[in-house]
Amino acid sequence: MTYDLSELDRTLINSLQDDLPLTSHPFAVLADELKVSEQEVVDRIRRLRDDGILTRFGPFFDVEALGGAFCLCAMAVPNERFEEVLTKVNAYPEVAHNYERDHRLNMWFVLATESQDAIAGTVEAIERETGLDVLQFPKEREFFIGFRVDA
Amino acid sequence: MTDPTDRAIIEATQAGLPLVPAPFAVLAETLGISEQEMIERLKRMKAQGIIRRIGAAPNHYRLGLTANGMTVWDVDDAAVDTLGEMVGALPFVTHCYRRPRALPDWPYNLFAMVHGASREEVQAKRQEIAALLGSACRSGDILFSTRILKKTGMRLRRKAG
Repeated sequence: MTYDLSELDRTLINSLQDDLPLTSHPFAVLADELKVSEQEVVDRIRRLRDDGILTRFGPFFDVEALGGAFCLCAMAVPNERFEEVLTKVNAYPEVAHNYERDHRLNMWFVLATESQDAIAGTVEAIERETGLDVLQFPKEREFFIGFRVDA
Repeated sequence: MTDPTDRAIIEATQAGLPLVPAPFAVLAETLGISEQEMIERLKRMKAQGIIRRIGAAPNHYRLGLTANGMTVWDVDDAAVDTLGEMVGALPFVTHCYRRPRALPDWPYNLFAMVHGASREEVQAKRQEIAALLGSACRSGDILFSTRILKKTGMRLRRKAG
């Protein structure tokens, strides 16, 4: 679906991928730059979020820094069971993201848990509930460069 | 490293910040602390790496980046870390990880995510990665996403009591 974004919206989306300042009025600098009020900035963010242009606005937490763990997992879900399995998998709050992909392994999700041990427990629970194997691909090393999307 | 107040802040903000001109004051009031303490705690959690960033997550699909390909590669173990750094530095690679193989089904140990406006564009970028990996790479595949099934980010389970 295409969406008609105003120039202001585009500037906002690009700016909001940077870190918000930790000050009493964190939108003030941005509002100044864009020559609109702070209220206008937050109203537009709300609209972009409600319209699904932004999936989220807020702090991004690193569960590993909290002593927890992430694990990429994959399942080969029979087509006729896809929706049923999806409902079961997504019901876990530990499932942070889930994507359907065009491969025999057609469901790929990321578990985020508060402890390293909880990954195995969550995987076992999903396997028990769905009767399907869950392959685990924990990251061994991250080669990461910050990514941003230009609106 | 974190105390119950930090945890309450995480629980209160993991779905998003209040969209008001002074969001930290509003949050502080709901948690019964001062705005200054709220800001100090957020700064500390950022310094500790618990908060990676405060900002927006755009929906790639809605911004026209409708093709999302997870490229996967079976790279010689002796070369994978050096090559992984190079692949991760490519401007169109959004995430790049070394992960364990799951033999015999899954021979791939390097994962690089590529976004683009079309599958053709992503395939062309995939060829650039293949060229960079060269003979150290035995095989590869690409898995395009066909649907976002969930995208909430991390959520703490609420503790009982």
